[in-house]
Amino acid sequence: MSTTVPIVDYLELGDEPRLVAKSCSSCGALYFDRRNACARCGGTDFDRRPLAGQGKVRTFTIVQRAAPGVKVPYVSAVVDLDGGGSVKSNLVDVEPAPEQVTLGMPVRLVTYSVGTDDQGTEAVAFGFAPA
Amino acid sequence: MAKSSDDVWILGASMTKFGRYPGRDVVDLGSEAALAALSDGDVKIHDMQVMAVGNLAEAGGMVGQRIQKQIGQTGIPVYNVANACATGATAVRTVYMAIKSGEADMGLAVGVEVMGKAGLLGSAGRSKEGPNVYEPSGRYGAVMSPEGILGTGVMPGVFAQAGMEYAYENDGVTFEQFAKVAEKNHAHSVLNPLAQYQKAFSLEEIKAAEMVAYPNTLLMCCPTGDGAAAVVLVSGEKLASLSDEQRKRAVKISASVLTSDPWTERGQVQPDVNTLTRNAADAAYEKAGVSPQDLDLVELHDCFATAELLHYDNLRLCEPGGAGDFIDSGAPRRDGRTPVNVSGGLISKGHPLGATGVANLYEVATHLRGEAGDRQVPEAKVGLTHVIGLGSACAVHILEKAAS
Repeated sequence: MSTTVPIVDYLELGDEPRLVAKSCSSCGALYFDRRNACARCGGTDFDRRPLAGQGKVRTFTIVQRAAPGVKVPYVSAVVDLDGGGSVKSNLVDVEPAPEQVTLGMPVRLVTYSVGTDDQGTEAVAFGFAPA
Repeated sequence: MAKSSDDVWILGASMTKFGRYPGRDVVDLGSEAALAALSDGDVKIHDMQVMAVGNLAEAGGMVGQRIQKQIGQTGIPVYNVANACATGATAVRTVYMAIKSGEADMGLAVGVEVMGKAGLLGSAGRSKEGPNVYEPSGRYGAVMSPEGILGTGVMPGVFAQAGMEYAYENDGVTFEQFAKVAEKNHAHSVLNPLAQYQKAFSLEEIKAAEMVAYPNTLLMCCPTGDGAAAVVLVSGEKLASLSDEQRKRAVKISASVLTSDPWTERGQVQPDVNTLTRNAADAAYEKAGVSPQDLDLVELHDCFATAELLHYDNLRLCEPGGAGDFIDSGAPRRDGRTPVNVSGGLISKGHPLGATGVANLYEVATHLRGEAGDRQVPEAKVGLTHVIGLGSACAVHILEKAAS
């Protein structure tokens, strides 16, 4: 049986993959990275907060020139998740053309394999597909 | 505009032509700009009591002291500063604060960068040596570079997203309006002999250029390059003791403001270039007692065409949400109501990172002195400079012509 690993630690794999943020216990500010303290209120305690798998495209770009090793074109977007939290990722299952992506369009979280390492571990990334 | 002895003034200013200087290093370019600024102010390195030098690529390399070894080792304190694309402005502000504090009455600020053809800036993809084993690392526990998988963090795309967010919030901003910004700045650069490029392009050529990150085409992105700029600052009290000619050409710094990002939710995943710019602009207008309508020219941070459009709004040059209409109206053109980036801007004048925030003070000061030649904005009395470095740091300076 092959094992899987999420591309980043705020992606939780399983039957229903989801994004899990660190939420400041004092003010509720959300973060995806390792925290020393809350940048908003200074609190040092955090809770895990699962985020919704649905949201709307707040902004996007279509990247056509990138560093070697990065496949182009692709659509990068910031998605406002229903119920709170914003996250950046690629839009998938959509043609990378300006007329195919609409600001405000509803999207849903999807996961897919982005590679296998020398020990057979598969890395799983997330993206957003049109809902 | 009463002359207060508390004010800080620009006494001398200079910039090298921006471009590519194979064989010249940061010391060569920084020294050239420093010596020219001293000469412009009719003062000597021995008159300086403080020096600040902004450079990014060699931030750990004591660039200021290396420049001193070429232009004069006088033992004064040197501050080497780095603040992304606000590095040069941070150097200026360091000298400004030293004078304000009373520790110095004259000082030199230099910004310099040698980039060569650096290519795309930002978090580029990494290649690893040896066996490939996924191990979570860094503050996001990533097992590989997320660039191109979890969106983009490279500059053209980051600023494209910032522009498209503005389009989302303000219905009607179009690809064509973003492209018009670049058309304007390329056209402006034709009259600036110090610009890296002096070539006009039609709107059609700009729109049809290679797409880098929609909606920014190649002609809507600033180039990398080399260059330096420098200013000599002086206290109002010291200025009063200098010659008539020096006093006549002095330019008052009516406001000098530096901000960083206040916490915003979306700023955690996509740099929020707006809030800190608005905060800096508002503080600067208040400090200077100047309103956006008073400005005769603005040099703002058009690293990408999308960025300039946003900053019309952030700097309050247009009605809220009206940046698209503002460019359509021709207001930011050299002959418009509020000329923006008559130098050609970063898009065409160039953007040697550490030099940029000093060079825009040079540009505005040159207009306020009435010495800008073919590109002179007539009767210019008040101008504003703006830079933003991602991370983020934003500097705004408001300059005023000396009362005659």
